Amino acid sequence: MASALAQRLRGYPTELLYNLTLRELRGKFKRSALGWLWSIINPIANIAVYSVVFGIFFDVVAPVGDPSGLEAYALFLVAGLLPWTFLANGLSASAGSVVANESLVTKVYFPRSVLPAAAVAAWLASYGIELLVFGVLLLVVGNMILPWVPLVIALMLLQAAFVLGVGMILAAVNVYFRDVQHFLAIFLNMWFYATPVLYPPDLPPERYELLGLDLPVRDLLALNPMAIFVAAYRDLLYHLRFPEPSQWAVLGFGSLATLAVGLLVFSRFEPRLAEVL
Amino acid sequence: MDPAITVEGVRKRFRREHTRNSTLKATVFNGFRRTVYDEFWALDGIDLEVPVGGTFALVGHNGSGKSTLLKCLARIYRPDEGRITTNGKMSALLELGAGFHPELSGRENVYLNGSILGLSQAQVRLRFDDIVSFSGLEAFIDAPVKNYSSGMFVRLGFAVAINVEPDVLLIDEVLAVGDESFQQRCMEKFAELRRAGRTLVVVSHGLDTVRNICDQAAWLDHGKLLETGPAGQIVDAYLASVRDDRRAREAASAGGEGRPGGLWGIGEARLTDERGQGIDVVDSGSRVRIAVEVEAVHEETISVELGIFRLDGVHVAGPVHRFRTSGAGTEVVEYDIGHLPLTAGVYDLAVTIRDEHAQATYATAPRAKRFDVVDPQHLDHGGVVALGGAWSARSRTASHGD
Repeated sequence: MASALAQRLRGYPTELLYNLTLRELRGKFKRSALGWLWSIINPIANIAVYSVVFGIFFDVVAPVGDPSGLEAYALFLVAGLLPWTFLANGLSASAGSVVANESLVTKVYFPRSVLPAAAVAAWLASYGIELLVFGVLLLVVGNMILPWVPLVIALMLLQAAFVLGVGMILAAVNVYFRDVQHFLAIFLNMWFYATPVLYPPDLPPERYELLGLDLPVRDLLALNPMAIFVAAYRDLLYHLRFPEPSQWAVLGFGSLATLAVGLLVFSRFEPRLAEVL
Repeated sequence: MDPAITVEGVRKRFRREHTRNSTLKATVFNGFRRTVYDEFWALDGIDLEVPVGGTFALVGHNGSGKSTLLKCLARIYRPDEGRITTNGKMSALLELGAGFHPELSGRENVYLNGSILGLSQAQVRLRFDDIVSFSGLEAFIDAPVKNYSSGMFVRLGFAVAINVEPDVLLIDEVLAVGDESFQQRCMEKFAELRRAGRTLVVVSHGLDTVRNICDQAAWLDHGKLLETGPAGQIVDAYLASVRDDRRAREAASAGGEGRPGGLWGIGEARLTDERGQGIDVVDSGSRVRIAVEVEAVHEETISVELGIFRLDGVHVAGPVHRFRTSGAGTEVVEYDIGHLPLTAGVYDLAVTIRDEHAQATYATAPRAKRFDVVDPQHLDHGGVVALGGAWSARSRTASHGD
């Protein structure tokens, strides 16, 4: 399977991928006065709302950075919210990518997988810009993140692989069942609250009894792959520490396996996409 | 030399769906039963070789499978059975400007569209000036495409596609775009590709186009290949079958031939040459006589109309003759044409008998006689009318005396 995968990747139209990504990015911000700034303004607005509601009204206390000593709910929040936003945007965009490019798929031959890939790549680019701004902010408040930058980039790529893997499956299935897009919106909302973005991972109770069942809530929540991603980002950006090797192993293996499954499923659907659309 | 495209035993199945589970809800309520459909073969065992160089046309009625075959050649559809082999680089012109983003400028879209069609950035850069000058949009190339007129949009799309310079170019019904001068340039570009030894495969409803620009043609019907051969021959055969179908339908809906009572009638219609011999094949520009038998009921002034139709339905000529019959019985009406001004092709002669003022129709024979016009000396290329003019050529330098 690995060699077959390598063969598929060798002939891959990277320039087409690049051009489609550029089209997504340019199209998104053309004809708006602030242009690229929107990719920063949107997360800032979200951060402001969440900081006020959860940081002040609910009085969620952020853990003290270990060893950074940082203690600021807003920064703790952003370190989790930015990766989450990338996931949500990347999945929505890639899920709709084949359907949105119907006229292209039914009229021109090219490897269809560039469509979800370009959708994810475009959001990865704006995610990169957001993280860059956030990084500068962290440096200003005295969090020395520079040594961790290579690891953050590695983490971003792993997350992109994960998003693309899931996104490709959704994109193919969405051609058959357009419900996928609507269902995804609801599912993402639930997933958001199941991920420790707004709250620290030790906020939920250890166990909770529901209808006579004793649920190990915190262990269940820890199975969420995004919880592991968010924890790793926070380790690097907020706490300034190396995420545990076991975390890396789970994320590395899990993301690449997800991508491989996504490619496999997508290539199964690929020959018939033009007919079904 | 290997053919440009080899199609071997290609079959393509489509599903005609009755209830489609396109929502999850429908799937659940149908108890997760699969979508109900019946299957039909859109392509049923096609074997075809498209030779290198020249223009190859696919003709057939709607639903004959010609567009499906083209999409299989373009690799947009994958055949369920069989194999398609293409020699050399292939490009498909199924939609012009596919993937153009309205908010992006013409320039940005040229690069985007180029890479969708399989060009690298460097290749687009190399061809960029050609593309822009071919489209004639130099002044607008940095304006967003959404401000283009539809003609400009299509012109830019065509300019990119044609500059991909493929070995095999697949074209679907895009010949009819743009204004006259742009069409002219498209035709020139096609001719240029042909001269360069490239292969063009065309799906077109414009049968005149097929006849004039294509060398070979394949006729598809209900997913099967009926005939391949020289384009003109195939187009004629196809048109003949189309008209026969239409006639059969008309006859069926009219509930039999002739008027109720069937008083007046049209007997045999013949074409004769100078020596008075019956013929089916006429040389363009030669003398021909049309003789029609009119079965009269009584003495009356009637008009006899001859209609000459090309197989695609174009009404080429309609001479009318008014005369008084000499009573009940058969009369032969003759029409003598000194130089038949028709170009090569297949024609139908229709005969209609009406009253003096051409108000009431007494009898009609829509296809009284079918005949071929040939042009062995090749005096005309295309067109409807053989003008039969006289040519001359003289040296210009001689007339100036230097």
